[in-house]
Parts: sequence; structure tokens; C-alpha cells
Amino acid sequence: MDILMILAEAARSAVGPVAAIYALAAVGLNLHFGYTGLLNFGQVGFMLVGAYGVGISVAVFDLPVLVGFLVGLGCALVLALLLGIPTLRLRADYLAITTIAAAEVLRLVYRAGFAEPVTNGVYGLQNLSSGFREVNPFDAGGRYGFGAMTFTGNQMWLMTVTWGLVAVFALFTWMLIHSPWGRVIKGVREDEDAVRSLGKNVFAYKMQALVLGGLIGALAGAMLAVHQGAIQPDQFKPQVTFFLWVILLLGGAGRVFGPIIGSMAFWFLMNFTDGFLKGLGREGLLPFLEGPDYGAIQLAFVGLLLVLLIVFRPQGLIGDRKEMLINVK
Amino acid sequence: MRTRLVTVLLALITAFLVIPGAAATADEQGGESLHGQITQPDERDLGVEGIEIMVFEGDDEIEAATTDSDGNWEVVLPGPGDYRAVVDQESIPSEYEVRETVLLVGGEAEVTVEADERRPLIVALDEAGTAAEEPEESESPSEGEDAAEEGEEAPADDEALEVEGVSGGFGDRFAQLTAAGLLFGLVIAVSAIGLSLIFGTTQIINFSHGDMVTFGAMMALLFSTGAAGMGNSLLAIFAGLGVAVLLGAFMEDKLGRTLLIILQWTAVLGGIALATLVGVLGDDIQWQVPLWAAAAIAVLMGAVLGGTMERYLWRPLRKRNVALIQMFIVSIGVALVLRHVILVLFGANRTRYAGFQVQELVHLGPVSMPPRDLVIIAVAVVVLVLVACLLQFTRIGKAMRAVSDNRDLAESSGIDVDRVTMYVWLLGGGLASLGGVLFGLNQVVDYEMGFRLLLLMFAAVILGGLGTAYGAMVGGLAVGLVAMLSTLWFPAQLMNAWALALMILMLLVRPQGLLGSRERVG
Repeated sequence: MDILMILAEAARSAVGPVAAIYALAAVGLNLHFGYTGLLNFGQVGFMLVGAYGVGISVAVFDLPVLVGFLVGLGCALVLALLLGIPTLRLRADYLAITTIAAAEVLRLVYRAGFAEPVTNGVYGLQNLSSGFREVNPFDAGGRYGFGAMTFTGNQMWLMTVTWGLVAVFALFTWMLIHSPWGRVIKGVREDEDAVRSLGKNVFAYKMQALVLGGLIGALAGAMLAVHQGAIQPDQFKPQVTFFLWVILLLGGAGRVFGPIIGSMAFWFLMNFTDGFLKGLGREGLLPFLEGPDYGAIQLAFVGLLLVLLIVFRPQGLIGDRKEMLINVK
Repeated sequence: MRTRLVTVLLALITAFLVIPGAAATADEQGGESLHGQITQPDERDLGVEGIEIMVFEGDDEIEAATTDSDGNWEVVLPGPGDYRAVVDQESIPSEYEVRETVLLVGGEAEVTVEADERRPLIVALDEAGTAAEEPEESESPSEGEDAAEEGEEAPADDEALEVEGVSGGFGDRFAQLTAAGLLFGLVIAVSAIGLSLIFGTTQIINFSHGDMVTFGAMMALLFSTGAAGMGNSLLAIFAGLGVAVLLGAFMEDKLGRTLLIILQWTAVLGGIALATLVGVLGDDIQWQVPLWAAAAIAVLMGAVLGGTMERYLWRPLRKRNVALIQMFIVSIGVALVLRHVILVLFGANRTRYAGFQVQELVHLGPVSMPPRDLVIIAVAVVVLVLVACLLQFTRIGKAMRAVSDNRDLAESSGIDVDRVTMYVWLLGGGLASLGGVLFGLNQVVDYEMGFRLLLLMFAAVILGGLGTAYGAMVGGLAVGLVAMLSTLWFPAQLMNAWALALMILMLLVRPQGLLGSRERVG
């Protein structure tokens, strides 16, 4: 077992396309939870509509990828409004249950038999990334990077765009939070009634935050579709949302760089444990376990990480402890 | 802290920069290939052998592969590019035909393969002659191949539940589905009471409740099938431990301290010796625990699990004044740990309790069900009535309702809230386990069954009113009936979606639920 190789591979994935996509989705979730205090457990639903916006436009209707992105964003807007109107007036725990349920309903609808002409049911859609790759300025077959960090041209292009989007939206978040609007939504997080007593329309502010974060999540979903070239409804299980929560809490909620650091650290750890377990397995040190068990151990590890983080370091790597003492209102 | 972090990061980065291409070879090992698994349309675990798949680049055939006995095939490609994969229609057994999808037209698919990509190609079969109308139940993702680095081999899962003996005209099907919905609703109700009471007493939304359901089902499976002596061995160890604990509890005053310790250790060691004996004899022992006893053990262990979590996790967290949002997230973490430990220990197989799969249907008027379902309904009704009596007439039940109603008021009127919370967790854990056994008896046991049930339990609890035990019962029945009856008009895959939609609708019109009081919503 070559520990350096495993470390290098893990570091490579920490800056790779998947980490970038999750960072983007977590930036949206940060706007929801970190700044507004909305307990959104259905971020994967926004990713799903974003991904299927691209998927259906490209694979079924032969539209350009850019149109697909716009369709995805439009769907996310509608979803956020539909989700927010009944639930944003309720207490946070209701929002949590409703969002997780709504995301599951979406997944069930997209994989159902009657939607098959458009979504291709459980088999999903394929061949989605050609339009995106046509505008690739990098050489698709070439290799870029140095040492452990080597990526193909297609990966480079996707990483450039996705990390670029992450940077743009991180800046956007920073500007929003330092605007009067940001002060109000942080106020909503701290004490809704106090903000209401100042004559602000709390519902409208919450809705705006939900829509914005949802749009960013949908964009992440769209990038996921372009990255994989194929999407299936069953990859949008609630687990993805839980990953995003670990990322957000690991990095530090309520911080602009929290989701970014969190995503890199999370995928580093995930790939490191994966490589480490596989390495141990190859050496014959894990006699009772088989290949599929490693994934399960990894996810159990994610759960444990979540518990330990909350108990011992609720503010995450770079968070501010005072900001994370949010309570249910 | 932050400086330390930055130092570590910097050190890591420099470390990778100086490793000269050590890992550059790592991603070369795969190369490009196209692979997949072809399975029988009705039995996803069984592959179809001998189907030939040819891959063309332009008009030149470059490679061909034939599925092995598990239905797996893989074609190694010379490099990235556009390929055309063709399924040889001649090689497909005559009882099947290739399913047409958006990608796969006339047995041909155009695929683009990237550098270093092991690209899955999904080829699904249909029964010959049924291609036009595909039965909904037989669909499933043919493999859990996510291009995303999900890290989990997701087994194919059907979202729909199976109901036996549903046929005939609309009236008959209505009656049969009502019965099935009643059964499903009772199972949900039994499992959801704990969720609701736990929320009522501690304000925690326990996302790990679904996995406590799975835990119960798995424990019953472990003890009832024996697992080549393993269940029985464990039972012997538990019996030894139980005797030791009971000795400690009841004999502490009557026996001397030394004698007590000796007796306790004898019990524990005796249990271990018995376990070893059972393990060694293994299959020679014909006796295995009957399911009802295994269920009882599972309920007991579920209660112990609930109590342990309360004592060693939730109570310390409450004492630390951890905020409620953080508690939800902890419960999600606990759920992930529990689910995947169960997955590692028991595997991803879907199993059934032995001896209860095939049963002669009993006809009661228009409704026909297997006897096991009648037993499930009877057990669930009896348990619900018992729980209602417990809540209504006993001291601890009244205390539970009082704490659930208003924790501070209950505490100030002299109720030991911590003790009541402990009993609520014991009760909730036990009932969740029982729900798991009943659900597993009716359907199949697998590691995700509880999570699938969890959202329905949430729906039930919200429908009935968060925090009220009777609300969970009413809500459970409503959710079960809605889910089952929706299949009269809508595809069975969407049955859970309708139940969840009902919950969202309820939040719109009456957010406090059927039996909830107004101020709960806050």
C-alpha cells in the first residue's frame, strides 16, 4: 500500500470536478442555513431539477446546453416558490421535514413510469455533455497539471467553469451579506420576531433567500449533469443533501469560504478513507469485509463525523462559534 | 486554530508538489472501457448469459464481448472517442427482447467515452411481446453505477410495495387495497408513535427512527434464522448477561458482595461457554428460535437501543444545551452510522423471514390475504390498544402525555422529566422494532427499509399532529390508506409520493395536524 499515492489521489479529488460541484451546491445551502437559518433538507431536489433541466433539454429536445441551464434555473425558481409558500411560515422543523419530503417526491416523480417519455424513468438520460465540450478551450485529449494533479482537458474545462461559478457566487454571497439585505436575513436567523417588529416582511426575505440558494443548487445540478454526461433519478437520494450538510458544517456555516473549504476537506477525507480501506483490503488486513462494504463504512464514517462535529466543533473548520448558536424559532 | 490549519494545508500542498508524478500512473490503470450487466426482466439478481455485444468505431468492428453467467460484460476500448455499441439480436434468448430506450434504438447505442472512463451502458430486456406496455413493477435501475463518486453501491430498489391477491373489478380492488392500506397504516402507526412521543417530550425530530425500525427487523431476522448458530450464540451471551444484571438488581441486598460478584461472573461466563458450545455444534442443533420469540427479543433490543441512545447521547447533549437544529443534524449522523453498520453486518440483500413467504390466501368476503397479514393486523391492533391504555390509565403514561404537552409545566409539578423521557425512548425504540418486524414480515427486510418508512412516518406524525401519540395512530392509518388506494388510479411507484403530498397539503390547510393544538406551530 502506497500511502503517498492514496494521499495524492485524495488531494486530486479535493480540487476535482465533484468537489467543485458539491462546493457550489453547498454555497447555496449556506445562504439557506448559514445566513437565513432555513433548515433546508431538500437541496438535492434543486440539484435534481437543475440536472434534469439540462438533461431533458439536451437529450430529448435537442436544445443547446445553455438553454438547458436556463430551463433548469427556471424549474428551480418554480420549485422554490412552490416549496416556500406553504412552509416558510412554519417553524424550522416543519420546513426540514417538508423539504426532505418534497425532494423525495420529485425523485419518485422523475423515475416514475408515466414520466418515462421525457425522463426515461429509472434509466435516466445520457449523452449530455457534448454541447458543453464543443466550446472547450482546452485540448480534450491532453493532460494538464503537474505531479499528482493531472487532469484531462475535459475535466479542466469543467473544473474551470465550476470553480469559476463557485468563486462568482462566493463573491456574490459576500456582497449580499454585507448589504442591507444581508443584515436583514442575518437578523431573521437570529430573531425573526425582532426583525418583524422593525417592519420587515420576514416571509419575503426568507423566500428570496430560498430562491437564491435554490438557484445556486440547481446550477450545481446542471454542472453535475454536464460532468457525468448521464443522469439517473436514483443518484439524487437524500444522502446527497446529507453530504452537503456535512460539507457545510465541516467548513463552517455562515462563512463565505466555509462551503468551499468544507467541500475540499470532505472529498479529501472521503477519497482518502476509500483508498486507505481498499489498500488495507488488498493487503489482506480486512478479512471479514468485501468491496461493497467499504462504501458503507465510509458512509458510517460520514455519519460519525457529523455527530462529532456537532458535539465538539459546531462552528466547523473556519466558522465563528457565536454564529452557530442558532436555535429553532 | 486558523494558523495551524493554514500550516497543515500548506504542508500538504508542498508535499504533493514534490511527489514527482507518483500518482500520475494511478489514473492510467483503468483505461477506457464500456461495461454493463444484463439481467432478466423479472428477476434482477439473475443475469442472462451469452448475449453478444459488438462495439464499432465508424464502420469497423473493434471488439465484442459476451455476457457471463451473471450477465456482466465489458469491452476494452482503444481510446476515448465516439463508439457505436450493437446488441446482437441473434444471441438474445427467444423469450426476451431488448427494451427500447432513448439511447438504445433497435439494439444500437451511440456512446461517447472520455479518457479513462469506465462507461456503463444500460441494456435492459423485456419479456418478448410486452415491449409496448411495460409493467411498472419490473423497472429498476439495472445497476447502481453512479458516475459520481458516491461511494455506495446502491442496490436496485422498488419504490412500490407488493400487495398479494389484488385483482378483479374496481369494487374488489377497492376492498382489497383498503385492507392492504389498513395493514400498511397500522404498521406505520406502530412505528410512528415513538417518533411522535420523542418529539413531544424532547422536541427532537429523530431522523434515526427509521433505522431503529430496520434494526428491529434485522434483529428478528438474525435470531429467527439462526444464521448457522450465530443468532443462538448471541442469545446465549445475552441470556448470561441478563441473568447477571438481574442478579445485581434483585439480590444486591440479600447476598454478600463477593458472592454476588462470583455469581454474576459465573452467569456471564456460563453464557459465553454456552454460546461457544452452540457455535461449535452449529448446524447439528436443529432448534431455532421461532419468529414470535425472535420478534420479542428484537423489541427488547430495540428498547435497549433507544434507552442507550437517550442515556449516552441525547441526555448529555441536552445537558450541554446543544441547540435543537444541531440535535436534528446529530440524529441524521446517528441514522447514517446505524444504517451503514447494519449494511456492513447484514449485507445489502433483500431477505424474508423464513417460512412465511408462500401462504394460502384466506378469503374474507371480497378481501383475500395470507394468514400472516391477518396476524400482523391483529398484533398491530392489540399493541395500539395497549399503548393507548398505557397512555390513558397508567401513571407513567399520564406523565408522558403531560411532558409531551408542556415540558416545563410537567417538571414544575413534580414529574421527573428525565425518567419519563427515558421511558419514552424505551417505548419508542421497542415499538419501532416491532414495526420493523411487522413491516419486514409483510414486505422484505433490507437495510434501507426503515429509511423508506421514515418519510411516511413523518407524514403520519405531521398529519396527526406533531407530539401527540393518538395523532400518530390516526395519521398512520390515513397515510397507509392514501398510499394504497392511490394505486387504484395512479402508478404504484408513486404511492409514497401521494402520501407525502398529502402531508404537504395538510401543512397548507391545518399545519398543527388533525389532533394537534394551535400553538404548537409557533
